[in-house]
Amino acid sequence: MKRTVRAAFRATIPVLMGYLAIGIAFGLMMDAAGYSLLLTVLMSVTIYAGAGQYLGVSLLVAGASPVQTALLTLLVNFRHMFYGLSMLEKFHGMGLRKLYMIFSLTDETYALLSSARAPEGVPEKDYYLAIALLDHSYWIIGSALGFLLGSALSINTTGVDFAMTALFVVIAVGQWRGTKNHLPAAIGCLATLLSLQLVGKDNMLILALAMIAALLLALQRRMPADE
Amino acid sequence: MNELILVFIMALITFVTRALPFVLFDHGDHPPKAVLYLGRVLPPAVMAMLIIYCLKDVSFLSPGGWVPALLSCVVVILLHLWKNNDLISIFGGTILYMILIQAVFV
Repeated sequence: MKRTVRAAFRATIPVLMGYLAIGIAFGLMMDAAGYSLLLTVLMSVTIYAGAGQYLGVSLLVAGASPVQTALLTLLVNFRHMFYGLSMLEKFHGMGLRKLYMIFSLTDETYALLSSARAPEGVPEKDYYLAIALLDHSYWIIGSALGFLLGSALSINTTGVDFAMTALFVVIAVGQWRGTKNHLPAAIGCLATLLSLQLVGKDNMLILALAMIAALLLALQRRMPADE
Repeated sequence: MNELILVFIMALITFVTRALPFVLFDHGDHPPKAVLYLGRVLPPAVMAMLIIYCLKDVSFLSPGGWVPALLSCVVVILLHLWKNNDLISIFGGTILYMILIQAVFV
């Protein structure tokens, strides 16, 4: 148990840095918009989505309608629909814990889990759950901190959210070294750059993912089966 | 009260987007081959997508718009190829990025 948590903690340190940074930003936004600490924490506990909650603040402030809220949330989190595909086998046999694993499948947890290997002697599924729980707790702590500290925060943390970019880069390097087949990575790059050109920053992810999935499926026969 | 309803909707829809693949393809029997294949090849493609998404605000109009982010990414890659230690790569790159945007390209 202790070993599992320690191993998971080590794996999640980059997410700790990133989530504290963007969680604090969310807390600051909620404070500035005049909402309570309780609502801030409630959102981070129950929604648990970075971009989704940033958008959430503006929806709350604007007094959006339920339908509008549902639609925009769907658009912002659309990419998550693809993440589970890589986790069908990983979460297999996790029983009730699977519900929590699915709920907590953020970009960062997906990134960690898709390359996670439990150290020797650490039960795999417990390790996954510990990673998911720790990431979620960082997010909640970050939002509460941001709300409480407000603008009193004196250290200049500008740029600490780069930890998230660095985490994705590190995982990509690991993936690159783990396979001879670099076509999926290349498709991901091209489709995303093309999508950014075509529809711009705000809507790029949906189109990018659609193109990625279509291209990967179209090339299925030509893809070498490594591993 | 109205806020609680909106928060509930956001939580529900977010969960639905994450649960959909499991609802569709997780029935005990083996999921379709194409789905398993997608699950296997998606992670590198998604990681490339997320990296570019993180770098979407990079602009080549002035050095300050691209040097900090791109240089820090290169340093993360080099550190990782050299030391192969996640924490060194991530801390090294992040500290460099913070110095660059706070002190060098102000």
